[in-house]
Amino acid sequence: MEGKGVVVKVAGPLVVARDLPDPKMYDLVKVGKDRLMGEIIELRGNLASIQVYEETAGLGPGDEVISTGEPLSVELGPGLLTSIYDGVQRPLDVIQARFGNYIARGVEVPGLSRERRWPFAPVAKRGDEVGPGDVLGTVPETEVITHKIMVPPGVQGRISEIREGEFTVDEVIAVVETPQGEVPLTMVQRWPVRRPRPYQRKVSPYEPLVTGQRVVDTFFPITKGGTACVPGPFGSGKTVLQHAIAKWANAQIVVFVGCGERGNEMTDVLLEFPELTDPYSGKPLMLRTVLIANTSNMPVAAREASVYTGITIAEYYRDMGYHVALQADSTSRWAEALREISGRLEEMPGEEGYPAYLGTRLASFYERAGRVVCLGSDMREGSVTAIGSVSPPGGDLSEPVTQATLRVVKVFWGLEDRLAFARHFPAINWLNSYSLYLDKVEEYWSAEVEMDYPELREEAMAILQREAELQEVVRLIGIEALSDQERMIMETAKSLREDFLQQNAFDDADAFTSLRKQYRLLRLILTYHRQAMKELEAGRPVEELIDLPVQEEIARAKFIPEEELERFDELEKRIVEQMSRRGTDVLA
Amino acid sequence: MLKEYMTVREIAGPLILVEGVEGAKYNELVEVEFPDGRVGLGNVLEVEEELVLIQSFEATSGLNVAGTKVRFTGRGLELPVSRDILGRVFDGLGRPIDDGPRIIPDMKLDINGNPINPYARDYPTDFIQTGISAIDGLNPLVRGQKLPIFSGAGLPHNRLAAQIARQAGVLGREEEFAVVFAAMGITFEEADFFIQEFRNTAAMERAVLFINLADDPAIERIATPRMALTAAEYLAFELDMHVLVILTDMTYYCEALREISAARKEVPGRRGYPGYMYTDLATIYERAGRIKGAKGSITQIPVLSMPDDDKTHPIPDLTGYITEGQIILSRDLHRRGVYPPIDVLPSLSRLKEKGIGPGKTREDHSPLSNQLFSAYARGKEAKELAVILGEAALSEEDKLFVQFSDAFEERFITQGEYENRTIEDTLSIGWELLKILPRSELKRVREEHIRKYMDGEAV
Repeated sequence: MEGKGVVVKVAGPLVVARDLPDPKMYDLVKVGKDRLMGEIIELRGNLASIQVYEETAGLGPGDEVISTGEPLSVELGPGLLTSIYDGVQRPLDVIQARFGNYIARGVEVPGLSRERRWPFAPVAKRGDEVGPGDVLGTVPETEVITHKIMVPPGVQGRISEIREGEFTVDEVIAVVETPQGEVPLTMVQRWPVRRPRPYQRKVSPYEPLVTGQRVVDTFFPITKGGTACVPGPFGSGKTVLQHAIAKWANAQIVVFVGCGERGNEMTDVLLEFPELTDPYSGKPLMLRTVLIANTSNMPVAAREASVYTGITIAEYYRDMGYHVALQADSTSRWAEALREISGRLEEMPGEEGYPAYLGTRLASFYERAGRVVCLGSDMREGSVTAIGSVSPPGGDLSEPVTQATLRVVKVFWGLEDRLAFARHFPAINWLNSYSLYLDKVEEYWSAEVEMDYPELREEAMAILQREAELQEVVRLIGIEALSDQERMIMETAKSLREDFLQQNAFDDADAFTSLRKQYRLLRLILTYHRQAMKELEAGRPVEELIDLPVQEEIARAKFIPEEELERFDELEKRIVEQMSRRGTDVLA
Repeated sequence: MLKEYMTVREIAGPLILVEGVEGAKYNELVEVEFPDGRVGLGNVLEVEEELVLIQSFEATSGLNVAGTKVRFTGRGLELPVSRDILGRVFDGLGRPIDDGPRIIPDMKLDINGNPINPYARDYPTDFIQTGISAIDGLNPLVRGQKLPIFSGAGLPHNRLAAQIARQAGVLGREEEFAVVFAAMGITFEEADFFIQEFRNTAAMERAVLFINLADDPAIERIATPRMALTAAEYLAFELDMHVLVILTDMTYYCEALREISAARKEVPGRRGYPGYMYTDLATIYERAGRIKGAKGSITQIPVLSMPDDDKTHPIPDLTGYITEGQIILSRDLHRRGVYPPIDVLPSLSRLKEKGIGPGKTREDHSPLSNQLFSAYARGKEAKELAVILGEAALSEEDKLFVQFSDAFEERFITQGEYENRTIEDTLSIGWELLKILPRSELKRVREEHIRKYMDGEAV
């Protein structure tokens, strides 16, 4: 139902309207003669507080407000992939073509193209009994992704008609006879962004999401359907890490939400993704990507909406049975948008001015991630992995957003500026980061990669831990205080840091490492370590075991191409040879 | 004829509350007529049906409830622009203060601007040679970047900013450029230094200056950077110029923001700064960049003094989250007489990867800068160790690194205020310094580059 209200107050992105007919919480409204998009966030008597997604300059009391009667929703259907949207799913490329280089106000552009025709191939047939989630047919959305057109939630019945051919998203492709009557279906579904899309049941995630980043995959792995956060001060490489994961993760679909971040960074993604090839399909990465860009200078309320828009799109592809990675950079900016709106509503503030419901909002966002059995009779599984960066002020992890996030996410990649200054990238601190998926992932490793992978990881981690302790000693009394064994540990730890943990996202050969190669690399370094320890045991002095030519080869091993992993065998052999030959030389 | 209201109800600090107003709009420009006849400007912060809250850009001393007149202009705060703004000096609200003629405008632009559509942006890739090794060699600036200088009281940030403005240019190209300078809350002497600097180097005719001094109304500072960036956008995207914008000092801007927030009794964020300061700063800093198909560009160098040299203070902290890197000045280096006292390790240029390398600067630029970074970091670390344990505790290798880091500060970072080094000079100094270290330690540069650039072998 449509009706008009009247603006009585304007304060930044917050507008108060009177006499809106039948207002409901989170209904979408259009404000003023420019028809600015807004959302009702508070109702009090006949007054409705509205957060407006666009710049409100020029609005004043007396301007009209129209209610659309439905909540903020996104359009789900073919054409999402390769798109770039603002926080409320308006395609930025279309806006630029029509309205120029700046974000115009009051623009109404549908999220999906109304002109484009898609070839629809039915898989269901007339007479089939179908329910929510059942696949009616498919559309080749891009070269790499087949889009499944599903029966929307709430529709159950018998197909009385199904068509084949090229259609726009608005044209009817099937008719379902339900007890309530005939329901014509198109290729597009509308879904309110703040409501999670339904599924049959959740399952615990078990399969790792391989990101190609060694420190992530081997030391702090995340699963398909898992949640992770990346906190770090500015300049510690959050965005570079997020971009690297978006590029290399073995998710089938990537939804990247640039939430209140830099414009030029978004441009980088926009220009780079179509050029980059997906290591799994060999096709441009953009073909499996949806981008949502709400830069820091774009209206703050739309920033609040952008993460919901993103996760709803992610859930839609999950419902088709795909593994989706949703990345939000940065959730702190989203929380700040929440704080700003809360402040304008004059709510009682919680910690540091953030609203008291910050924690629940964050939790309900991350809970929308997960691995699920999708709706539909074929019991397909899909997942949404949620990875959010956090930008704690001053790098102080005790602040409310980081703390509230840590309560819900299972993986913590703590970035540190100290490491970034030393140009150790990714600057993930290996001592305080953690992953609660480790057990599950280790089972997977043992089955799929190699039996002793978990042991190797444990051994490497212990060496790194020990190094931290020994460094304290060295700092206090000098390197001479260490035993030969301890010096060897320092040497191996250095190799682990430089040759394994460090990874150059800008180097073609180093940017991505497969699980198998990660395993080989780790085994290589530990082969060196174990052999050295054996030699020390036999009484060799440590000086003879470091600065061997083979160490240089270990350092270069990360550049061994994925196709030539057998070169590791040879290398391992050489390590053992070199170290023990030296021994025989000495004896001789 | 504009409607005039004499219904002021409250005046508190920079805020004026007017009642009985009809048709006022959010963010509208208002004229405030003082009882003594002076006219100041303000803008609408909040409107309700009967009440309008105005922030006055003028100091409110002399205002009273009974005799103040308020006129609503029906438009936002605008800057009249034309090519003639070049070479002129304006106050913080864009009114000429240099005794020159009034600007006959080509157009009048709303100073708040509009956000650039991320899709319309072009990625900054043109290396700007500033002639300063610590910047060009290690943290290079590219066209369309926003790279702030984080400084502290008493450090020579203004001299550095002036040197960048004087020397900046893109390799091998002669293009129209301009400098837009916005002073917020700095002293007369500091502002005068820049004006003289521009005059002496004949850069004045290519410069536009907006000056809000320490004794000018603080609230006016809210508008000053927006004035400057509006002028810059006009020069860059209407007149196809490459514009360098220097904003100094952003700390005073933020304090003005805090003043208004406090006067409005808003819930404060960290250290009393408003919770929306990030968004507010973003609307300033994000007005840098390039647009696809446009010839011009806007490069921003905001200067801010960190209170107590504290990088985690909200102002540098939020700035760092928006800008594409930062140049940090070090009190320690300054004390030791190093100019420019740039602390290269925590400094960062996020856009450098695509601005340097073959075809832009030189093939060895990126690996060489990585090598210099890590060697300098190691040298500094060893030095700290030596402070605790004494020189003798260092290994021979570490001693070389210490020697390297000293030489690096002395010859690479240190340079004259009027010394304009080419990028080739900068890189060769870097290679020269690496000779101090053993060859085997140069792990981040390729063997062929070592031979070509350090040994000078023809390849």
